[in-house]
Amino acid sequence: MKFSIERAALLKAVAQAQSVVERRNTIPILANVLIEAEGDTVMFRATDLDIEVVDRAPAKVERAGATTVAAVTLNEIVRKLPDGALVTLSESGSSGRLTIEAGRSNFSLATLPKEDFPVMASSDYASNFSAPAPVLRRLFDKSKFAISTEETRYYLNGVYMHVADSDGGKVLRCVATDGHRLARIDADLPSGAEGMAGVIVPRKTVGELRKLLDDDDAQIAVSVSETKVRFATPQITLTSKVIDGTFPDYTRVIPTGNTRRLEVDAAEFAKAVDRVATVSSERSRAVKLSLDEDRLILSVNAPDSGAAEEELAVAYGDDRLEIGFNAKYLLEIASQVDRENAVFMFNSSGDPTLMREGNDTTAVYVVMPMRV
Amino acid sequence: MPALCRDCLATFDAGRRCPTCRSPRVTVHDELFTLSIAHMDCDAFYASVEKRDNPELRDKPVIIGGGKRGVVSTACYLARIKGVRSAMPMFQALKLCPEAIVVRPRMDAYVEASRAVRALMDELTPVVEPLSLDEAFMDLGGTAKLHGAPPAVMLARLTKRMKDELGLTGSIGLSHNKFLAKVASDLDKPRGFSVIGKAETVEFLRHKPVRLIWGIGPAAQESLDRAGIRTFNDLHRWDHDDLVARFGGTGDRLWHLARGEDARRVAANRPVKGISNETTFYEDTGDPDILDGHIWRLSEQVSGRAKARDIAGSVVTLKLKRSNHKIVSRQLHLREPTQYADTIYRTARALFDQLGDKGPFRLLGVGLSHLCPASDADREGDLLDPDAGKRAKAEKAADDIRKKFGKDAIVKGRALR
Repeated sequence: MKFSIERAALLKAVAQAQSVVERRNTIPILANVLIEAEGDTVMFRATDLDIEVVDRAPAKVERAGATTVAAVTLNEIVRKLPDGALVTLSESGSSGRLTIEAGRSNFSLATLPKEDFPVMASSDYASNFSAPAPVLRRLFDKSKFAISTEETRYYLNGVYMHVADSDGGKVLRCVATDGHRLARIDADLPSGAEGMAGVIVPRKTVGELRKLLDDDDAQIAVSVSETKVRFATPQITLTSKVIDGTFPDYTRVIPTGNTRRLEVDAAEFAKAVDRVATVSSERSRAVKLSLDEDRLILSVNAPDSGAAEEELAVAYGDDRLEIGFNAKYLLEIASQVDRENAVFMFNSSGDPTLMREGNDTTAVYVVMPMRV
Repeated sequence: MPALCRDCLATFDAGRRCPTCRSPRVTVHDELFTLSIAHMDCDAFYASVEKRDNPELRDKPVIIGGGKRGVVSTACYLARIKGVRSAMPMFQALKLCPEAIVVRPRMDAYVEASRAVRALMDELTPVVEPLSLDEAFMDLGGTAKLHGAPPAVMLARLTKRMKDELGLTGSIGLSHNKFLAKVASDLDKPRGFSVIGKAETVEFLRHKPVRLIWGIGPAAQESLDRAGIRTFNDLHRWDHDDLVARFGGTGDRLWHLARGEDARRVAANRPVKGISNETTFYEDTGDPDILDGHIWRLSEQVSGRAKARDIAGSVVTLKLKRSNHKIVSRQLHLREPTQYADTIYRTARALFDQLGDKGPFRLLGVGLSHLCPASDADREGDLLDPDAGKRAKAEKAADDIRKKFGKDAIVKGRALR
């Protein structure tokens, strides 16, 4: 195998691939990236056995072939090469080394046989559709903060992507929750997605997927089977196992009868919460919201550290209400709001509270209150 | 030389018998009225409580322990004469003393008796550090003026009151630090009163084995053995730096102990790090229903203790001992601290299910740690478990019923498994 490739293209491909590789590996080959050169493309493939990333980059291939080298080392080398360099990678079958040449730099890396590299078995993808990158970006960006890290409830360790019924018909929906808060984000249903089985996309996959979604004009090909999900651009294919479990019936969790409406400037609100939370105790981080006619008082009272209070002008016309929340959760949901005011719907101080952006019901958040 | 009669509490100047009441229970020591660190150890505590509560047992050898193949928890002095010891397997104990009466432990009664003893100790000094139900350190420094009597007299009065008012006996060790006080209380059991003064400390320790040190078990003993250290005399010969180089922090402690020095203070109200309860089964079991019953009962006990102290915890631990004595332990960090039996049980049960080990087991334990005040606990609930609130209310109601009508007034069905 021998090919030459522009440093920037190589770096992009290798960086993408190596981020999947686990830092601590008990199986040596999993630390490696599989490089396959053929025609005028080179493919870089990396896996942790749950996720597989394949990156394609154009290259001048002199001799077709394949090998594997340590992904992290290769990435480091390429990163440190000067911008604009032309890099030549070559391997002669007998040496067992991959040679990397760029200008006057010369590296030689140990390889492992390409036959040992575990290539993820292909799946029977029943649903295939295409969605614009910004749509998927919104679905996952706005829901991923609520993913749980609890190992006992492994089925919450991802985003539940499925087709759901909403007022305006069927939608593509992403839901995540950790039991403290929940995010439910909807998007228009792409054609071809109608019969898609709901899948739980693992946290790590969501992180890797995000790297495919930066380009506003990109179209992402999505394929879903019962056990796997695949996201692909012309350059990159990300395949992942989905979490083998049943996502709980979240619809019961979303309150429908909350009538006390608070409207507040989300940015002002978030800043105020952040300020008063400064004195809250490390353990609880509890913030109390005291609501009265068009007035919201945020307060924290931590016996061992101090107290804080801040008043905000808001739109509120219901009975007086006092309700506590974990400041971190309030901040997280408030930061999801970027265009309009945040609208909170309360019931009582013991019931889950709903939050959305203006009257937009395509992004809904639920947060559990805290006894204060 | 100052002397004290432990029966009539008279103080006098030396003699084998008390000049007032002619009792031979006399303690004589040069430093008797200047020492103030004490260790009180109840004599065969569980067995003494049983004998007190059931006079029929009084003249018979009694062994407290569980099950046909459990171990001896406590043996009364009559049984000890036959060679029965704590932690001895029951079958062996019964071989040595076939006429012994085996009594299943009644922890509630022991806890209550322990509280009564503790109340008496609290009258002596605010600085009481309990080590377990039946032993505690006390620092009586500076109390002589208050009581109008030196610590030794107050301690003798303590054991007298224990006997007169509670029907229990204890042994006192009096010295100038915790280590020696504990050693002393063991010298003259039962109903003993031993003193180790500053002057004779080094001489006293010289030929004693190092396993006298609390915390030196078989493993530590072995590593000391390898270093050629068997007695305090051996230890005394070592340089401080060499001991530290060989045993680390322990080495420093050993060097000081070899000189009879122990700077640890008697710490009242040492913060509790965790609460745990465990039970050894009557016979090994792998039956999930039986184990489930145990998990529930233990969770309830742990929760009860947390509630009594107004604390909560955020880490639940499940401990299992297999038939081959191998211990398996699993723990889980909760999303928020709890004191509910329901939450502890559900977590411990989930850990058990996750373990996927079919047993059989001989012991099961449930623990709660990472403690915090109860006001920080159970504040948020779980979106995905809307019934949790109802269960919490039910548990509170059940607690109230128990407070009013007694502990068995209401129990869960699974507690009967």
